[in-house]
Amino acid sequence: MRAFAPDQPVQLRLSVNGELRVVSAPLHHTLLEVLREELGLTGTKHGCELGECGTCTVLVDGRPVLSCLAIPAALEGREIRTIEGLESPRGLHPLQQAFAELGAAQCGYCTPGFLLAASALLEETPDPAREEIVDALGGNLCRCTGYLKIYEAVELAAARLRDPAAAPAGETLYGEG
Amino acid sequence: MMRLPRFEYRAPATIGEAVAAKADAPPDAMYVAGGTDLYPNMKRRHQEPGALIALHAVEELRGIDDGGDGELTIGAMTTLTEVRRDPRVRSTYPALSEACRLISTPILQNMGTLGGNLLLDTRCNYYDQNYDWRRSIDFCMKKDGSICWVAPSSPRCWAVQSADSVPLLVAMGAEVVLAGTDGERRVPVAALYRDDGILYLAKQRDELLTRVHLPAPDGWRAAYRKVRRRGAFDFPVLGVGAWARFAEDGTVEDARVVLGGVGSAPEVVEAAGPALVGRPLDDGSIAAAAALAWKAGRPLDNTDFTISWRKEMIRPTVARALRDLRDGR
Amino acid sequence: MAKADGPHREARADGGLRVVGRSLPKVDAIAKVTGRTRFADDLFLPRMLHCKLLRSTSPHAEIRAIDVSRARSMAGVAAVLVGRDLPIPYGILPVSQDEHALCLDKVRFIGDPVAAVAAVDEETAEQACRAIEVEYAELDPVASIEDALDAEDPRIHLYGDGHNVHKAVALEFGDVDAALAEADLVLEDTFFYEGNTHLPMEQHAALAEWRPDGKLTLWSSTQTPHYVHRALARVLEVPAARIRVIATPNGGGFGGKSDPFNHEIVVAELSRRTGRPVKICLTREEVFYCHRGRHPVLMWVKTGFRKDGSITGMHFRSYLDGGAYGSYGVASTYYTGALQTVTYPVPAYRFEGLRAFTNKPPCGPKRGHGTPQPRFALEAHVDKAAERLGLDPAEMRLANLVAAGSVTANYIKVGSMGLGACIDKVVAASRWRERRGKLPAGRGLGLACGSYLSGAGLPIYWNAMPHSGVQLKLDRGGGVTVFCGSTDIGQGSDSILAYIVAEVLGVDPLEIDVVTADTTLTPVDLGSYSSRVTLMSGNAALQAAERARELLVEALSAAWKVPANRIALADGRALDVEDPERSIPFADAVVIAEARFGTVGTVGSYTPPSSPGRYKGAGVGPSPAYSYSAAVVEVTVDAETGETRVEEVWIAHDIGRAINPVVAIGQVEGSVYMGLGEALMEEMTYRGNRNVVHRHPSLLEYKSPTTHEMCPIHTFLIEDPDPNGPFGAKEVGQGPLLPIPPAVVNAIHNAVGVRIDEVPVTPQKVLAALKRKAKGEEAREGPVDVPEFPWPEPVRVPPPWAGGDGRATDDPRHIGAGGVRGGVPGGVPA
Repeated sequence: MRAFAPDQPVQLRLSVNGELRVVSAPLHHTLLEVLREELGLTGTKHGCELGECGTCTVLVDGRPVLSCLAIPAALEGREIRTIEGLESPRGLHPLQQAFAELGAAQCGYCTPGFLLAASALLEETPDPAREEIVDALGGNLCRCTGYLKIYEAVELAAARLRDPAAAPAGETLYGEG
Repeated sequence: MMRLPRFEYRAPATIGEAVAAKADAPPDAMYVAGGTDLYPNMKRRHQEPGALIALHAVEELRGIDDGGDGELTIGAMTTLTEVRRDPRVRSTYPALSEACRLISTPILQNMGTLGGNLLLDTRCNYYDQNYDWRRSIDFCMKKDGSICWVAPSSPRCWAVQSADSVPLLVAMGAEVVLAGTDGERRVPVAALYRDDGILYLAKQRDELLTRVHLPAPDGWRAAYRKVRRRGAFDFPVLGVGAWARFAEDGTVEDARVVLGGVGSAPEVVEAAGPALVGRPLDDGSIAAAAALAWKAGRPLDNTDFTISWRKEMIRPTVARALRDLRDGR
Repeated sequence: MAKADGPHREARADGGLRVVGRSLPKVDAIAKVTGRTRFADDLFLPRMLHCKLLRSTSPHAEIRAIDVSRARSMAGVAAVLVGRDLPIPYGILPVSQDEHALCLDKVRFIGDPVAAVAAVDEETAEQACRAIEVEYAELDPVASIEDALDAEDPRIHLYGDGHNVHKAVALEFGDVDAALAEADLVLEDTFFYEGNTHLPMEQHAALAEWRPDGKLTLWSSTQTPHYVHRALARVLEVPAARIRVIATPNGGGFGGKSDPFNHEIVVAELSRRTGRPVKICLTREEVFYCHRGRHPVLMWVKTGFRKDGSITGMHFRSYLDGGAYGSYGVASTYYTGALQTVTYPVPAYRFEGLRAFTNKPPCGPKRGHGTPQPRFALEAHVDKAAERLGLDPAEMRLANLVAAGSVTANYIKVGSMGLGACIDKVVAASRWRERRGKLPAGRGLGLACGSYLSGAGLPIYWNAMPHSGVQLKLDRGGGVTVFCGSTDIGQGSDSILAYIVAEVLGVDPLEIDVVTADTTLTPVDLGSYSSRVTLMSGNAALQAAERARELLVEALSAAWKVPANRIALADGRALDVEDPERSIPFADAVVIAEARFGTVGTVGSYTPPSSPGRYKGAGVGPSPAYSYSAAVVEVTVDAETGETRVEEVWIAHDIGRAINPVVAIGQVEGSVYMGLGEALMEEMTYRGNRNVVHRHPSLLEYKSPTTHEMCPIHTFLIEDPDPNGPFGAKEVGQGPLLPIPPAVVNAIHNAVGVRIDEVPVTPQKVLAALKRKAKGEEAREGPVDVPEFPWPEPVRVPPPWAGGDGRATDDPRHIGAGGVRGGVPGGVPA
């Protein structure tokens, strides 16, 4: 049985974005705190730290979870992915590209959480219906966009995963008639 | 940033180790499953356990098993996502899949567990606040204070049962297994709860909820309806679990209506069953049962929305849940 | 990128524009989608300390004593501050310098900060705050407007226009009583618009570094670095030249980061005292206490209508619940009366407004600042008038529009005016004429309009300097850098600078570097508020870019010995249009210019035109240009539960010109979203009987709409370039919110026949109105009356068509009847 006393920092072996990171941190610091404050991965943002907004979403074994409510000691041996791990040396993830093109990131603060939740959706459902996008992103709050450009960006990225030449609709970029 | 208080942390690998660790730990030690209820509470200083017995490494608490006796057994550490998506749950217990879908958000469902949902802390607008807020009203009896601000002359706490799975599982007659140092016991889900906002659980402090047994399908149907402000995040201000067993000709042989989100414990509407039994589910019996439920439910001013509207919602929501049963939705 | 150029691109790129009008990615888009954008709390400096504030747990009390000795002696604590350490008051408006960084002798709401700690980490700072003991002498709290008007309660501030009245104003333009007497229908209504808050996803954060050389740098999530700069200089008693304020990219603002804040001043002082960088990031609960959000406003309106729907005169009263401090409140009060006149002609107009002090977090400017509340009232009121007059609400509005170029009764000069085109568009697209009144039970359509400023015509503090400045640097390597004080809060203002400069210089906008919101590096821009940035910093950028273009052209003209008018800049090159073979890269053109003139840099600046209003209060409302919007909303109302679902929204926005259409559409959609939240569920409310605590300072219980609450939105951009906007552009960030709440209540009336005269439209309100309707009572939910108040004698200003000159009648310079302006109500001045 793994056991940790309260006052001493613990040494954690975490797999983050495909790299094994050994960090020493107080046990009661959440994954959010360890990512931002120990590993310098400030791409993970926070909006409430109580599980009420989805801003701090990261992936654990491919599933979106709230880093503000995750204890790193419980995540040893699991694969953690943050926004910094969404792009690859070959370039941006199609979701990142689509979010950029369609203005799905306005202030950009909720964006990492949305991108990771959306990437998990596309892994499981490469061609999601609008209702599936609405449901999958229901745990992420955005105050800027009204979500529509986010939906359209997810749909564009999904389309490009099938056909790299897929283009956004004219109304998306220029409005209706 | 909201941060957790310090705690000692143990991660046992078996149920036996977990129960032993809990018994060894100081009295304020707590089990933690998904952490989606406990950690926010700890950040708000509702609970400050000196030790946590974390259950994530206990493999025997995970998974869904159809043991061959017709029942389905769900390990307490099975995530809400796993329950929601399980093909057996979806085909045989669709109402449970639906109830899990309606809990908070898909992200939280990836962390939260069915066992954790069953044991969710009761909630109240005067309690689910940060320390300084609660200090501003001189605290309440559920934590650090002596008064119930919902009913200031009340000797008891009125915090609300707020787990979506509970009214449904109570209506279905599901059972849970509790493991203690003296072995296991199997009790109806209904027997887990006490009508008190503070001491809301009837389980022993060190007992570990290990699994949930869903009754074999034998001609019954169940439904769950939830009332809340938004399509995600929000706890129920009313949850209705409805269950009925039908004869071949559609006559209701047995029925239960259970309300969540109105009292400190799930509220079984005792009079609703007799009103529904012995006839097919029709508009008349549905209206009668809905009226009885409306009479039974007594929400207080401790969640979103006004009391009067929440009470008014009982009638249409129960009727809708019963119509779901009738229509096989 | 922007593969869908095609026909849209062709259609939009009129006038030979190559960048303006194209839907390009924003210049910061890649940083934002990769997590590279560094928000204030993402900054970490060596030796950095962390700050926490101890906040009042009492809504209204005198501070008898504060004992910080235990906190000071705790291990890891570097400094502790209390109110007397920062005794100089401040506030965003010169007339309301009523805040202290830490409460001096009195607390005014639960959440008012009383002490601050800097410690090695946040947990230690928090523990130290817990160890501070404050002795309060409780005062009766003032929980509501009604309380505030009751002179029995203690005063919150010792200034203002009455006991707990912060500001009371009265203005009259023309003879309203006579105008009402000649109406065919006089309609009287009361409305209430509940307060709500911005709720940016980013919690406010600030980092201060006071170096041993006596210079201070503050990084902060602020929309107004210039005003923070001024407040720091004032309170810290340091020359402004030694202070550098850098606004980090804002993770959402919506007006909530427009005031100088106590925590910004506190971390600066803590850094001065400790010699170390000090950071604070507020918790979500603390963000609710910063607030400065939408004022709760109780409104009463009485309007005379003729049978054709035209207005004879209007009397409007508003009562604002201001919270505990002044903030922008004087401006907010005037704004609740300013823009009633810019959509439908109001020949005679009387406005009375007051703002009360109450023991709650202070209200201020939220998206639409002071105008969504009266716009809600006006548009619901007009809908009722149309019903009473038997007119179609869309036709009635179309028949009664203010003319482009007119001056209103309250001396607002309207420029371009595309509201008619907006109404036409949404009426056609929603099939309003075909479908309204023929929908299934419980389903309905509602229409409403709105208008908003493209920037306030006057600065917050009086001065004769430009409102926005731009410096442009052209590098001999071909690099172009735009320096501007404007602040990108997600709306895309950095990108607008790049697009405008790129358009003029013929370079790729994504190649341009933009340096903004840094009081040391960038010329002043007043800030991201009042929808001013595209128009004002855009005009400044345009001027700077045109001046740079002139330098390049003059240098090339001399080098190539051809007339200047033969030289063009396009596609990253400079060329001779009559000899296209003669073409050089842009960088080479800069080299030629630098060789001729020296370092190539230009400046541009923008000052809004003066406004015709010359009366006290005329400073609020004028703008270089007004945007217009019209929306149709379709709802379904569940008659059993009272729940309203918005099914679809059609919205047209008169933007003048969309510099970047996809960014503009994003602003429209975001405004609709926020408008729906305000209309249906968001409310900032308090428990008056429980110490005036905020009911629910959390993201769970403050109901921000999720993906599940959003419906399809059909956006139409109406482009009729305004002469005052850069390339004709007007605002889009705030105006599209305005028609949404009234369109929702108008749609609910169309669906189920009840009038909900207050927002948010909760299901219990709808159900209550439906029950009244069933009983044959008035099918309505909303306030029934407004408090008695001894309004001041109005400032009387004859409107232009009554010979007015924009001055009040008691102004000695008033020229009296026979003035020079003339014209007709709603028409173009003679």
